Amino acid sequence: MRNIKARVIYNNRVSAGFYGMSIRSAYLAENTRPGQFFEVKCPDGSGTFLRRPLGAHRIHKDGVEMLYEVVGKGTAALSGMKAGQELDIIGPLGNGFKIDRTKDKNSEAILVAGGIGVAPLVALAEALAARKERKIQVFIGAKTKSHILCEKEFKKFGCEARVSTEDGSKGTKGFITEKMDVYLSAKRYPLNAKIYACGPDGMLKAVAGIAEKYGMQCQISMEERMACGVGVCLGCPVKTKGALGYKMVCKDGPVFDTREIAW
Amino acid sequence: MNLEVSIGKLKLFNPVMVASGTFGKEYGKFFDINLLGAYVAKTVTLKARIGNPPPRVTETFAGMLNSIGLENKGVDDFIENKLQELSGLKIPIVASVAGDNENEYAALCKKLDGCRKVRAIELNLSCPNVRHGERIGLIAQDEKAVYGIVKKARGSTDKTLIAKLSPNVTDITVIALAAERAGCDAVSLINTFPALAVDTQTFRPMLGNVIGGLSGPAIKPIALKMVRDVCNKVRIPVVGIGGITDYKDALEFMICGATAFQVGTANFINPEAPIEILKEIKSYLKRKNIESIKKIIGSLEI
Repeated sequence: MRNIKARVIYNNRVSAGFYGMSIRSAYLAENTRPGQFFEVKCPDGSGTFLRRPLGAHRIHKDGVEMLYEVVGKGTAALSGMKAGQELDIIGPLGNGFKIDRTKDKNSEAILVAGGIGVAPLVALAEALAARKERKIQVFIGAKTKSHILCEKEFKKFGCEARVSTEDGSKGTKGFITEKMDVYLSAKRYPLNAKIYACGPDGMLKAVAGIAEKYGMQCQISMEERMACGVGVCLGCPVKTKGALGYKMVCKDGPVFDTREIAW
Repeated sequence: MNLEVSIGKLKLFNPVMVASGTFGKEYGKFFDINLLGAYVAKTVTLKARIGNPPPRVTETFAGMLNSIGLENKGVDDFIENKLQELSGLKIPIVASVAGDNENEYAALCKKLDGCRKVRAIELNLSCPNVRHGERIGLIAQDEKAVYGIVKKARGSTDKTLIAKLSPNVTDITVIALAAERAGCDAVSLINTFPALAVDTQTFRPMLGNVIGGLSGPAIKPIALKMVRDVCNKVRIPVVGIGGITDYKDALEFMICGATAFQVGTANFINPEAPIEILKEIKSYLKRKNIESIKKIIGSLEI
């Protein structure tokens, strides 16, 4: 990890309230793995204090891209940044997704995204596609149509994408976890599937339950408010099973095996 | 140029320290920690503590609240493992300890007294996020308790002892004087202010522990005033803490009488803050043609 100042290449609005910011950094391009994140300093005058943790959305040849939702004054200030401006960024941070090299022809990757939780899963899908994962099945859920992001990107990487919205404005009406459960229960053969998920805690908990039901390995990318981002302040705990108690989202995560988590 | 300062038996190459719980070996990736004056470790207790439920941190205006709750694996793990991880450090390591009563503080000091790597012990008497047995309020709010703990700790170790004080008192100089009378080599101040933030969407506190400690630039002017007050009363060295973000902040504390200072919350935003402060103090002294940093200490003109 390094603390660097990187130039913004573009900072585009991708949907109402959602932005994609790409920055130039050979170091980050080379060293970032899917599932890792960055601690980003909001521009001066934003009235914010702490850095903002943002996940790696794309790992490009010349830099990295972050997809973020404007939820407060920090992300609002970030959304105002223009190409050519400097972004103060620390990274890459955290562990990232474990991608094991299976040659099993029945292997299948199941990606489950809730809302802005799609962000790190696009980088993951690209990495899985690059190593010729037999099948990548993506489930994208959100509140409403305009919050369904990255469907095209996933398809570009050869993924099958299924969509649901809570209000029924796109795809199936309901929670994405229900759709995922239906998909898995219809399978007639024992599926060597690995599940990867990112989204709100409630969704992650439901995904963990489904993974357990089908005996599948499941990695989730978690979120918690953070200060340092590097494992020093112990400010971002997640309760885990066993004697260790809390683990830190920034250092031990943000990606956890669901079997570790004490919900 | 001479940047050396002394705190008790401790000789520091420069007055830049890092505050307990805000710094770790991880920051060695950003700069050479051996360039600092001293390294203050995260507070340890006799037994492991799990810490407070999340969320543990939240941003406030010009600062943050934390309610970590002294999560640590206990003093034995600190001695066996944490100190080993710091074996590359050549600068003094200051251990930080917290207990429920004077016997626990004494036991902690006794255990650390045998560690060659530990050069000084900071008695954390002022964490706002934990309860100490039946005690109501913080140890550092109780003059007699502070005297008793320091006295007993003094009897348990010859290492340099620093008492870390709370700002949440009527008169901090009374507490500092009690620590001095009991044989402390120095006092460090201030710890965080007990504080609260509320989420208007959920009607819930922003922190799992409801309250937390306020730190950062928001508290700096209050810390500075308290440091000056204490420096005017005690003879022992004072270590200034509270919202130090740049070299000017640090110099303000020294001008008001602090012998050394600790950089805390600033580390989270700028991991290179301590080293930048050191570099800029050097160029400041050069610019001002000041030979020794000691000339700065207590140089406030009224």
